[in-house]
Amino acid sequence: MIAEAGLAALWLAAAFALVQLLLAWGAARHRENPNVAPLMTALRRTALVQGLLALLAFGLLIALFVRSDMSVLLVAENSHSLKPMLYKVAGAWGNHEGSMLLWVTVLATAGAGVAMFERRLAGGTLAATLGAQAAIGLGFYAFLAFASNPFVRLNPPAPDGQGLNPLLQDPGLAFHPPTLYLGYVGLSVAFSFAVGALLMRDVGPAFARAMRPWVLAAWIFLTIGITAGSYWAYYELGWGGWWFWDPVENASLMPWLAATALLHSVTVLATRDGLRAWTLMLALVAFAMSMIGTFLVRSGILVSVHAFAVDPTRGTFILALLGIYIGGALALFGARVGTVTQGATFQLVSREGALVLNNLLLSVILGVVFIGTLYPLAAQAAGVQLSIGAPFFNKALVPVALVLMVATAAGPLLRWRRDNWNALAKRALVPTAAAGAAFALVFALSGGAHFVPVLGIALAVGLAVASVVPVARRNLRRTPLHVWGMVIAHLGVAVSIAGMAADSAFKTERLAAIAVGQNVTVGPFRVTLADVHPAIGPNWSALEARLQVRRGEGKMFELFPQQRFFSTPPTNTNEAAISTMLDGQLYTVLGQGDEQGRWQIRLWWKPFVTLIWLGGGLIALGGALALIGRVRRERRADEAEAWA
Amino acid sequence: MRRLLIWAPLVLFALVFALVASGLLKPGDRTVHSAMVGKSLPELALPPLLPDRPGIATGELKGKPRLLNVFASWCIPCIAEAPQLTKLKQAGVEIDAIAVRDTPEAVQAFLARHGDPYARIGDDKASRAQLALGSAGVPETFVIDAAGRIAYQHIGEIREEDVLKLLGELEKAK
Repeated sequence: MIAEAGLAALWLAAAFALVQLLLAWGAARHRENPNVAPLMTALRRTALVQGLLALLAFGLLIALFVRSDMSVLLVAENSHSLKPMLYKVAGAWGNHEGSMLLWVTVLATAGAGVAMFERRLAGGTLAATLGAQAAIGLGFYAFLAFASNPFVRLNPPAPDGQGLNPLLQDPGLAFHPPTLYLGYVGLSVAFSFAVGALLMRDVGPAFARAMRPWVLAAWIFLTIGITAGSYWAYYELGWGGWWFWDPVENASLMPWLAATALLHSVTVLATRDGLRAWTLMLALVAFAMSMIGTFLVRSGILVSVHAFAVDPTRGTFILALLGIYIGGALALFGARVGTVTQGATFQLVSREGALVLNNLLLSVILGVVFIGTLYPLAAQAAGVQLSIGAPFFNKALVPVALVLMVATAAGPLLRWRRDNWNALAKRALVPTAAAGAAFALVFALSGGAHFVPVLGIALAVGLAVASVVPVARRNLRRTPLHVWGMVIAHLGVAVSIAGMAADSAFKTERLAAIAVGQNVTVGPFRVTLADVHPAIGPNWSALEARLQVRRGEGKMFELFPQQRFFSTPPTNTNEAAISTMLDGQLYTVLGQGDEQGRWQIRLWWKPFVTLIWLGGGLIALGGALALIGRVRRERRADEAEAWA
Repeated sequence: MRRLLIWAPLVLFALVFALVASGLLKPGDRTVHSAMVGKSLPELALPPLLPDRPGIATGELKGKPRLLNVFASWCIPCIAEAPQLTKLKQAGVEIDAIAVRDTPEAVQAFLARHGDPYARIGDDKASRAQLALGSAGVPETFVIDAAGRIAYQHIGEIREEDVLKLLGELEKAK
């Protein structure tokens, strides 16, 4: 019954999306009519009901997984009655059908959120926005119903399920995909806002203020999702790296880059009524990147370490949706943007100028990642096999990123509209001095090697100092929350880049085959293989090494890297053992044994590598503070209006 | 100029769309072809895996065309190609083998069960010889010509319809 009820809820939600589209069309058409209010109310309520129905369908799918109902094909293929409860629940979205249902659920819930809480936007624009949201929803409901139905029954029921890929049985990863989806789909709201604004020719600060919280929220989730995904790949895959420029990673990075640019341009639009067309374009591009990302991941046309079930029908379906929505929106942009009047202008040396520079640099990075990701496909069309990896991306992006750091440091030091070079130079004096000192110090300490990473560290120090300047001489208690948000997010960028630079310059790696009792050194550590013994867990067994580690003459401690064997489905994984210290991480992996009783041990000493994810966390925290600050401010403004 | 710029994103998107659609409709060929085809056999000296026949030494694989089959007892497609290998042997072809990451007991059992077409079996414990041949998986079969050069590479299991093709390649390699 539960499966049938879920499918019914899904179809009902689709029906409500259709009604929503029609109501939105009517409300937008008759926006000048004084009697349009009931139509708007009906529209808002329809969006709410659609959201609740989608939530119901998703809740019922989770219930099927929790009950391990093996008469449902999706459960039998992706779950197992012996799995821990957390992974039973996570199993609901750890597969294609479930994740697409999650996608549409988030989409519908976000639409309901817009319908319930958006009060500042002109009625016609809001109606058009909800109409666009419903149109996107309809496409994905069709996709679910016709090409990825999660509620298909299995007759006769399976005796038990096939299990969830053990690599995915990790608390971090249980929440990684939904977090990214919240980000992707949050950008769909920005997209719908932009489409609504284009349709109604209503682009201005009110539109920007309405869109901003959604962009911020989406961006926070993307930041968390990418940071968590990177850390997961780092400790779970046992390869010692934290970013592999894999197509699927790039698929999550590209919307983030577009959203970061959008976040800054929407601020210009909200504060100064500038960058109208550009902000609209970015809102379209950000969601386009989310959809292209979903398509690349789901269609399997690019070779990736992320092995997803590949199905050409599904790929074609998503591609068709992509063509309709993105192609349609870009055509609308072309037709309408000429009539969007130019916003306020500004001088080159100004806050706006720095933000434009930031946008251009982010766009360059986005372009490079986009080309690097799709180039193998273009080469394949020309009959050449090639893959593009870290060397290309690092070479192409590091210089741009360094310039971007300077722009990020300078932006908050500039005034809106117009400023002058001398004033900027004066305010930038302390950060520049800090960067210079850091460069001299680290360059000397590293013996004059690693010029570029050391430059990165120095710029990170400069950026860190520059990012606190805006609050330096202020009354801290009266500083608005969104300013704190900016300060902390920029600080996070500095911290993260410092971690990346330190890791690339100073990490040391050691691969050795040693017998029990022998030792090997890496960085300041001496690691002794004390023994290798079997270990056992809830649904796996393992070979576990006991490594005794000593740093210089310090106290000895032990690490236990494992080779794990899962029975359902049969898979081997490497469980790295990592020791986190204040100044970095020691990363150990147990490899194969040979006939002479030696074991392959892989060791990395990674100074300050944790800063990468700490910085990511700070960026997300800054975003959250900015979001809370903005929403509170808007609400206060609403109340003030109500009083007036 | 401004008009052109406004439409540029749509044009770019159309290009990307066309590219992606072509990639979707015409999936790329992802088989890894060996760069060694047309070159002399690399220097191999694999010890015998079974006591009853020799291993693989490059110097001995000369004088007449033969097949060099890269296989493993743990490989399912290798079972599927076993009848075709037997047929090739009955046609008078010498088939030598490289057993990848295998043990004598397992190979013994495999041959007892699925037929034994091999004249030599080299023991390739760590896949070194396989990599030297430019082979990316099991099973793969190489045609070695009379002069000891790699004339042809067959990737994947040998199916019914591949037997004639291989016999033709062997004929050409004389």
